[in-house]
Amino acid sequence: MRERRGVFHGIDWVMIVIYLLLVFMGWINIYAAVYDQDHASIFDLSQRYGKQLMWIVASLLLGFVIILIDPKFFNQFAFLIYGISLLTLLFVLGFGKEVAGSKSWFQIGSFAIQPAEFVKFSTALALAHYLGNLGIKVDNLKATFYSALIILTPAALILLQNDTGSALVYVAFIFVLYRQGLSGNIFIIGFVFAALAILSLLLESAQAKLIMLALIFLMLGVAYLAMKHNIKNLIKLIGIFIIISAYVFSVDFAFSKLQPHQQVRIKVLLNMKDDPRGAGYNVNQSKIAIGSGGITGKGFLKGTQTKFNFVPEQSTDFIFCTVGEEWGFLGTSTVVGLFVVLLLRIVYVAERQRSHFSKIYGYGVASILFFHFTINVGMVLGILPVIGIPLPFFSYGGSSLWAFTILLFIFIRQDAERMQLL
Amino acid sequence: MIMRRDTYADRKYIIYGFFIVVGILFLIRLAYLQLFNDSFKLAADNNTRRDITIYPPRGLVFDRNDELIVYNEAVFDLMVIPNQLKPMDTLAFCKIVGISYENFVKRIKKAKKYSWRKASFFEKQISKEQTAYIQEKLYNYPGFYVQPNTLRKYPHPIAAHILGYIGEVNQKNLEQDSYYSQGDYMGKSGLERFYEKDLRGNKGVQKLMVDVYNREKGPFHEGKYDVAAQKGKNLYLGLDWIIQEYGEKLMVNKKGAIVAIDPKTGEILAMVTSTNYDPNLLTGRVRSKNYRILLKDTLKPLLNRALISSYPPGSTFKLINALIGLQEGVLHNGSRYACHNGFSFRGLHVGCHSHRSPLNLEESIQHSCNAYYCEVYRSILGNKNYANSEEGFRKWREYVTKMGFGVKYGIDLPSEKRGNIPKPEYYDKYYGKGHWNAITTISLSIGQGEILATPLQMANQAAFIANRGYYIAPHLVRAIGRPDSLNPRFTEKHYVGVDEKYFDIIVEGMSKVVSNGTARLARIDSVEVCGKTGTAQNPHGENHSVFIAFAPRNNPKIAIAVFIENSGYGGTWAAPISSLMIEKYLKGYISPKRSWLEKRMLEGNLLNVKKKDK
Repeated sequence: MRERRGVFHGIDWVMIVIYLLLVFMGWINIYAAVYDQDHASIFDLSQRYGKQLMWIVASLLLGFVIILIDPKFFNQFAFLIYGISLLTLLFVLGFGKEVAGSKSWFQIGSFAIQPAEFVKFSTALALAHYLGNLGIKVDNLKATFYSALIILTPAALILLQNDTGSALVYVAFIFVLYRQGLSGNIFIIGFVFAALAILSLLLESAQAKLIMLALIFLMLGVAYLAMKHNIKNLIKLIGIFIIISAYVFSVDFAFSKLQPHQQVRIKVLLNMKDDPRGAGYNVNQSKIAIGSGGITGKGFLKGTQTKFNFVPEQSTDFIFCTVGEEWGFLGTSTVVGLFVVLLLRIVYVAERQRSHFSKIYGYGVASILFFHFTINVGMVLGILPVIGIPLPFFSYGGSSLWAFTILLFIFIRQDAERMQLL
Repeated sequence: MIMRRDTYADRKYIIYGFFIVVGILFLIRLAYLQLFNDSFKLAADNNTRRDITIYPPRGLVFDRNDELIVYNEAVFDLMVIPNQLKPMDTLAFCKIVGISYENFVKRIKKAKKYSWRKASFFEKQISKEQTAYIQEKLYNYPGFYVQPNTLRKYPHPIAAHILGYIGEVNQKNLEQDSYYSQGDYMGKSGLERFYEKDLRGNKGVQKLMVDVYNREKGPFHEGKYDVAAQKGKNLYLGLDWIIQEYGEKLMVNKKGAIVAIDPKTGEILAMVTSTNYDPNLLTGRVRSKNYRILLKDTLKPLLNRALISSYPPGSTFKLINALIGLQEGVLHNGSRYACHNGFSFRGLHVGCHSHRSPLNLEESIQHSCNAYYCEVYRSILGNKNYANSEEGFRKWREYVTKMGFGVKYGIDLPSEKRGNIPKPEYYDKYYGKGHWNAITTISLSIGQGEILATPLQMANQAAFIANRGYYIAPHLVRAIGRPDSLNPRFTEKHYVGVDEKYFDIIVEGMSKVVSNGTARLARIDSVEVCGKTGTAQNPHGENHSVFIAFAPRNNPKIAIAVFIENSGYGGTWAAPISSLMIEKYLKGYISPKRSWLEKRMLEGNLLNVKKKDK
């Protein structure tokens, strides 16, 4: 009794409240997105909003159970959980059900579950376990290699399932590694290479690419003039130039290996292709839905774009545009605000942990949520390519809601224990 | 585990910064989309709004006695929206609609090719009765629905060429007039085409809210932005459907045309062309099939002979030469010319039938003497007032043109023809300048040779003689919109350049043609008919039978021209038919004394008379 009271006493209610708010708002907006006058009851279990309610209730139970579990369990069994989750990924590759081109679902009766969703928190656990318990800093090659191994193994398996969006999420762990000592240059290098990728896609012809490389060569030449004139620097710059050149010409090859719809989405985003009826359709309709909301929105259930199914995937990946249409700028800024506050709060809470495991896990939670939030909202607003990943707590879907709930509540549980620990 | 120095602790600020920056970027983007850009609001409206075109009923057509002769019948189009189709009993459906399975597959394929989401026509113009039957069963077949449309109907199957027909717009129409959109109907011939802008009215727009599947969700903004359809204007014709119908009956099994005009107003009372067809054949679903059949028919039922066929006017044209001669002062009633079975000059001979000789002007009309008009024509061209024959001819041609030959009147029907009155240049080319004269062009004196006139022009000739010197351009539509809003296009009197006084002699002659001349079969008790026969020689076989007339002599009510191809003397067929038309129009019935004649005219079959039988 005493211990239990202690547990609930230590819980961070800020995160809980934001979590509840987001889940509730998601449910309301799913109701609006799939609203159907023949099934107007928000509790109708034959409809998505009814089902989502069911999953919300299950999630709350799940969260409650996690709070009751001994926090040390997650640390001790981190690798075990990680291993099991990897096995399910392998299993789903063999026996999974294919939905929309991705073989990433288990079908149990009428129930479908997406294991990839659950690997996110197990990967966060494993990474926290590896880095935290040994107090490892990611400023050496060995730690970087093992961290990368932990992160990229599930990503590779998910990629094999043909679920590029979910695989990309693992990029998010860069934040964790950065916090643990990975050189900040990673962002600069990442930025440079992303820019180079975009440029080499935009400059379709080989001549244009050669001109670009010539310019880079000149810039490197100027850099050499500013540097110390020795062999070491010269070799360094030549090495950089060779890498860049190889990279620029391999982008096209990599791009051609993407699935056609992904190629088109990227081209649409880069304005290389104008296609409001085809690949650009979702985004265009989504922008229309959001833009037509104005300041205060059209009102609950009054969204014409939403109600009349102009935006595909509206209850799942494009749920944010329902908020935009029916609740306007006030609604969207509230949701964005809640997410940012939640993210800041997680990092703040992570920083107050005395256990490295808890802290690193907290960063993992923040990274995953941040990545989902950024990619999803960026996509809906038409500033990032269409990558089908859900908006955490908001989007329709049992697997993702449960997985995010588990992810967050393990952290809440760890945090509640911080006073007892040591 | 002990707290240790955390060398990378400051990095949390970078991460805070990341989160905040992304949040701010999103807020900026949201502000741009939601607060500072109105185009998305419009786009959302357009997305959810569908403009449903409301087709107004096309204007009705009435005859001069307010008899309805064209109206609209409600029909229905069966529409299909491919993506709403559900698995269904296709064969049963085919049976209901009355099409073959192959046809069904073809149509669905075509509809899918057009659009999965938008409705396209599956079957057009289904009758009310069949629609009731189909509609009852349609609930079994989601994706199909019926929408109302109209079809032109003709209670009296008459005047097909005048009324014309409507058909779907083609690419050219779409480019020329932005009013139309794909699938619209428009007048393709006849009055339907000429008065298209009056008849069509104005399409209305009903703005509906629809979802992405095109399902209707009620009016947009409570119908505030709807545009009501304006129905088409009615046409009130000068046509008298009774004599039009009668004329068509009389012309059965004959090739030719009848044009009857009210000389006072220029209103066309009847315009019959034969062979012809039932206008109901070219309406609705059967149109294209019937059109092909009619097009192939060797009797050319689609040709409006009254307006388009040009014939040599024959002896009716003698009146023209007489009027010119009188006006020019080279001819007087007392002028007598001898005729010895024709006109002979230096080896040239124009034959004539036997009659007493010499004749004065009146008698020359009465007996239609060829020699007399050769002399009249010669004196017109040889008039001392003009330098030479060519100048004389120019003057002659000026008169003829003024009298409505070789010109168009601008009648309110498409494809009017002007006929042909040769120009001096034509003869210059043929004979060489200065090498032709009245003798070389002598055929013109009796309405043969290069002269070609349409039946309309010949009827107009009867009209201006009836009016003693002027005509009003012949036209069909008396009033547009309301019976009293007269067609402003046709009010001007066209004077033909011959003084009224000269007409008395001509009219007297024409009266005698009927009372005691070449057209005695055209006599009607109690009505004084003035007419002139013509027997037009032509290269196509037997002579054409021609008659022009007006009646009554004083205060004429009807002027008429009848032209019957390859049927011989004007007095034999054209004159009796004219008189029957006149009698029917003026008295409303045919006197029993003449019923034998009526019977002979109705039953006469002249279609196979091709060869000249001497």
